[in-house]
Amino acid sequence: MASFKPTNIPVYPKLGEKVTQDTLYWKNYKAPVQIKEFGAITNIDFSPVTPHNFAVTAFTRIHIYGPFSQEPVKTFTRFKDTAYCGRFRSDGQLLVAGCEDSVVRLFDVGGKVALRMFRGHTKAVHVTDFTSDRYQILTGSDDYTCRLWDIPNATELNVYQEHTDYIRCGITSKLNRDLFITGSYDHTLKVFDARVDKSVMSMDHGQPIESLLLYPSEGLLVSAGGRYVKVWDLLKGGQPLVSLRNHHKTVTCLALSSNGQRLLSASLDRHVKVYSTTNYKVVHNFDYAASILSLALAPDDESIVVGMTNSILSIKHRKSPEESREISGQQRRRPSYRVFVKGKNYVPKQDDYLVSKPVKQYLAKYDKQLKKFNVSKALDCALEKWIRLRNPEVPVAVIKELDRRGTLKNALAGRDEQQLSRLLSFLIGNLVDMRFAPVLVVAAEMILDIYRSILGQSPVIDRQLLRMQDLLEREIDYQKELVEVLGMLDTMFASSLPKMEVPCSSGFFVQNCSVLSGFFCWISCEGK
Amino acid sequence: MVEHGDIRVVHRGGSKIDFRQPVITNDSRFLLCASGECVKVFSTSTEECIHDLQGHTDLVTGVLLRPSNHLQVYSCSIDGTVRLWDFTDGILIKTYVIGCPVYSIYASANHEGVIFIVVPMLGDKRSELFQLVAVHLPQSGDQLVESRELSAVLSNVSSNPADIAFGRGGEYIASAKGLQLKVFFFKKQKSYEFSLKEDNKKGGLNTFTCVACHPKDDCIATGHGDGKIRLWRNFNHKKEYTYSTLHWHHNAVSSLCFTPEGTNLLSGGVESVLVQWRYNQESQRDFLPRLGAAITHIAVSPDGALFCTSHSDNKITIIQSCVKVSAVIQGLVKVLRLMARTKEGESVQTDLIVDPRSKALVLNGKPGHLQFYSLQRDKLLYNLDIVQQEYIHELGLEQFEVVKAAFDASGTWLATVEERKQKSAELEVNLKLWAFDEQTQSFVLNTTISAPHEARITAMCFRQATDSQTTMLVSTSKDGHFKAWQLATPAHTEDEGPSWSCDFVGTYHGLVPECCCFSADSSLLAVSFQEVVTVWSPTSWELLTTLSQPPGAIRDLCFGRLSCSKYLLGTTAKNLLCCWNLLTCSLEWSTSMDISLLLADPLSENMAAFCCQAGCTDLFVFKPSEPRPLFSHKAVCSGTVTRAVFAPREKMLDSCEENSQWLNRSQLHFLTQYMDLMTFTTKAEDDRLMASSKQLVIDDSVAMTPFYLLLGKHRHQQQENQDPMSSLSAERTPLPQSSVAIKELLQTPAHVLPSTSFLCSMFVQSLLISVTDLSGCRENNKKAEEEMESEKEEEDSEQEMESSIVRSEQAAVSVQSAECAAPALTKAQVRELRRLKKLDHSWLAGLLDS
Repeated sequence: MASFKPTNIPVYPKLGEKVTQDTLYWKNYKAPVQIKEFGAITNIDFSPVTPHNFAVTAFTRIHIYGPFSQEPVKTFTRFKDTAYCGRFRSDGQLLVAGCEDSVVRLFDVGGKVALRMFRGHTKAVHVTDFTSDRYQILTGSDDYTCRLWDIPNATELNVYQEHTDYIRCGITSKLNRDLFITGSYDHTLKVFDARVDKSVMSMDHGQPIESLLLYPSEGLLVSAGGRYVKVWDLLKGGQPLVSLRNHHKTVTCLALSSNGQRLLSASLDRHVKVYSTTNYKVVHNFDYAASILSLALAPDDESIVVGMTNSILSIKHRKSPEESREISGQQRRRPSYRVFVKGKNYVPKQDDYLVSKPVKQYLAKYDKQLKKFNVSKALDCALEKWIRLRNPEVPVAVIKELDRRGTLKNALAGRDEQQLSRLLSFLIGNLVDMRFAPVLVVAAEMILDIYRSILGQSPVIDRQLLRMQDLLEREIDYQKELVEVLGMLDTMFASSLPKMEVPCSSGFFVQNCSVLSGFFCWISCEGK
Repeated sequence: MVEHGDIRVVHRGGSKIDFRQPVITNDSRFLLCASGECVKVFSTSTEECIHDLQGHTDLVTGVLLRPSNHLQVYSCSIDGTVRLWDFTDGILIKTYVIGCPVYSIYASANHEGVIFIVVPMLGDKRSELFQLVAVHLPQSGDQLVESRELSAVLSNVSSNPADIAFGRGGEYIASAKGLQLKVFFFKKQKSYEFSLKEDNKKGGLNTFTCVACHPKDDCIATGHGDGKIRLWRNFNHKKEYTYSTLHWHHNAVSSLCFTPEGTNLLSGGVESVLVQWRYNQESQRDFLPRLGAAITHIAVSPDGALFCTSHSDNKITIIQSCVKVSAVIQGLVKVLRLMARTKEGESVQTDLIVDPRSKALVLNGKPGHLQFYSLQRDKLLYNLDIVQQEYIHELGLEQFEVVKAAFDASGTWLATVEERKQKSAELEVNLKLWAFDEQTQSFVLNTTISAPHEARITAMCFRQATDSQTTMLVSTSKDGHFKAWQLATPAHTEDEGPSWSCDFVGTYHGLVPECCCFSADSSLLAVSFQEVVTVWSPTSWELLTTLSQPPGAIRDLCFGRLSCSKYLLGTTAKNLLCCWNLLTCSLEWSTSMDISLLLADPLSENMAAFCCQAGCTDLFVFKPSEPRPLFSHKAVCSGTVTRAVFAPREKMLDSCEENSQWLNRSQLHFLTQYMDLMTFTTKAEDDRLMASSKQLVIDDSVAMTPFYLLLGKHRHQQQENQDPMSSLSAERTPLPQSSVAIKELLQTPAHVLPSTSFLCSMFVQSLLISVTDLSGCRENNKKAEEEMESEKEEEDSEQEMESSIVRSEQAAVSVQSAECAAPALTKAQVRELRRLKKLDHSWLAGLLDS
């Protein structure tokens, strides 16, 4: 006697992203803390020393937040106009910031008033940075110049006038006190050596450059501009290594994860993408509510801070190991587990006499009903709310099984208004799903066949039928468009690749469309 | 059929064992069932076939235990004889010649020396009318007895054995046909007839399908076409009969059976559920569901402990008192059912394939299954569930059918295609790929591809790659595409394992591909598109060349093997066999033949072509490089052969005769139109088979109890002692119960026995062999004594003349043979024996002391 074979629930390939090491890592953050600032947040910089405070530049202020505070621990407000690019020195003691009014201000992190004011630029200064010897400041401005300043004397050391457009990003080398790189809206990025008066290297990015990043080894340079992120090999004289085009709007900010294995890019398209630096493939993706202007990662990736155009600062903290363990710990502490396995892991000894017990077959509720040939009850069980919403493939599989048994009509018939509306709402939810359409169209046709005589008696059912009609109309339009697109593609392929075999996949859509349209004609007739 | 002296066509396996109701013997150890021209004796515990009772020259139509001697069995056959057998030893005792075909046989303990058989009316073979006649079996010592004195009992009966049954110790006999039930009372010599209406209001079908009579009560149970069971009572009056109706089955009841005490009624039908009704409490039912296939017969052992059901898929199930299936005897599943439904020209069925790993023949089995059938052992190994869905036993329901299957070269992958066509809905096709699991030694589902093509799949083949990394499957379909499927390793390690995905889709001018074939080194793929053969490179998917020989679409494609691998052979619908040379891309030769099937031997260059000519099929075996066929056989069978396979042999034959050399490496099996599995054998092979079959008798007559072990050991030693001198050693060891002392010890209740110390010496004494009583003489005495005893037993149980005659004859023979053996002893041997005897004693003494 064979045992009952349960209904086969097909496993559909998951349409979402796959679970990888990366998704696990980047998902392991708490819900974001959102802080409203006064204007668009243009720059975020983490202090290199513990406790790793970070400076957020927004509108005319720079706020300094502690790692876990939701209120700023410090605020610099002495700007006449919009502040730009507040950056910490490598000892975390000094902070420099540019301003729309062309004055560069240097602050002591403990104080309030600017220690030094560097005047000389004629237009807004968007780029400021300390050199690695801590005594000089690099600035870049909309007056097409970048300058080096001496901190103790507050004097200008050098002016470089090689760019032909706004300078909107710049970075100093952490290893060499004389090297710095600037990127400009004239599509070029230039490497300068303070010991000579001219740039030593120039590279063409092809788009206005928004952001620059140096690898810790400083052999590779990453530039972002337009929709592109490009990686340059400085040791090979600025040879382009790879060009990434994963965003569909301008990339505004770049960041590197603490171990240098992952590169993050933020864009106006509201996404942050995480690339692997070995193969430059996107391994993860974050979505945000608004266009992102600035992005920073705390050391050891403890938190991700993102500033957006709608002046919202979003801070995501990493879950502590205890927290992430807590969830699994709760599962382990379930009391009944031990009771269940009691004696089951006992290994019989050599002389023991084994009495084998037949293994009990556990069946799902709908299978129990199917086993008893209770077709309506089986369908009811499969349409329970949590199954219907979470695993729509289960009700579909049961409907298919009933159809195979030739008893689908019996199962669908004889239902009251509530049950019928439940069925219809399930159909409306899943009818146009490509995976379920062939099965559900049959069921929908049967329902209309069975209940055509009572149409118009219940407003609830009628409304749902109208919704279904709407849905089908839209779906048919959509399929028609798809077929048109496919036709265009086919002609293009045929003209460009005359000799290659074209994998013709249009058949399915045509077929699917014909099925749906046939059904649609039917339902519209019924409606009339 | 024997044309070439040493090669002949023989039936292979697939004997039908569900034709008639099986019989369980009184001791429940054996099961007898009619199977073709012989009666098979199975062991109910081990499921093995113990031996065949061979002798009938035509289909055996009934098996019946002799009511007066439970060790003998009657069998009847279309050849017009009734034979009496001793089934334990497989000896034919008597043959009664009736003179006209016998369709079923009945007997009752009440009617001694009479059997009842169903024969055609007027003794005419072609007559559609049958009658039940009583045959008086003449008492005579001859082997062959003419018994032509038939006395008609009932006329116009059904030839189906389920439609006639004896009631209450043989007082009456009930027979049903169509809508009429006849009951004949032997005492009154009077028959009553009861008839039902054509059908009742609800569209029921009242025709009788089977009859069973209660063994103790006056009650007849009848099964009907609409699934009802009627219990008839009070039928010894013409008018005042009554019946009650039981209804559970939704289709015709195919078999009914009362348990020996009459407490339960068993019924079965197409639902494949065994239903047990309590007699007089019919509302209480027990079910044994999912027995696998429609139940055709039900039988109960005489002690009521075992039930057995035979099923339409050539299977007998043995059930222990309606709770547990204890054994399943499964023959080769016939797929006639499928052939009946297929439209002409397209058959919904897999090819015959050989599993490269187990060398088993693989073909459709139960619905939704593939059966693995061992050709060497003629036994069904197992059924692989392909569809994995609950089978709904209902007439007229479209089910998933396995239509294509293919193995890769090493047998690690199996691809199957199942399809289901409903009248209104679209065709449902699933392509499934199975991986062989070393641990469980079976195939495990790896990938299911639903709707791999938009239309029916026409052909499928694996790339026979030498390196296992690039396993590839190509499927062609009516939708005009052929697709290559490849095993892809997943990008992420979190996935369970590699799965199959589509690698390439190919078309050729929108034509429909019919067959596909990889070359021997799998560097080329040939796909036929109607009249055109396209040759592709599977590595780059380039179309290399096209070959065509119009008119007529290509029917079969085959690459040559080994030295002929440069040839590609194809058969066309317009009776043409073409051979292309792939080096020159030109036609090498072609000949006009109507070939229904072309296939290549995987182990040699040989090709086999089955040609259909004038309703018969001829076989040609040839090499593509040679113009003359190696072997040809006219009229292999009637009808066309569409399924055949070369099965590799376990051991190579070393025949050097020219026309049988092609059978050296592999054996050709084919399925005829009527789904008989046939094969070609050489004479040398036949002889070897005959020799080996004789050693296959299984002895499981003695239960292995601790006592048996003790005594058996003793016996064995004794036997070893006899070995050098006695030729009788091969005979079965007599049961230890034959000694009176042991019998006493074992059968007397413990509380009335004398003290153990007293018994012990007696018991040991009985086991010892006196030293003075010497070999030959002793053995003679012993033998004679045993025979005497067994004879006495026989006489105790039944006073049957014939059997005792036979027995005493046998005894005489054995005594004679023993006498012959005795004088051969020399003195040295006697001395040796004595020494051994002494040894024996000391061993036993030691045992007693401890």
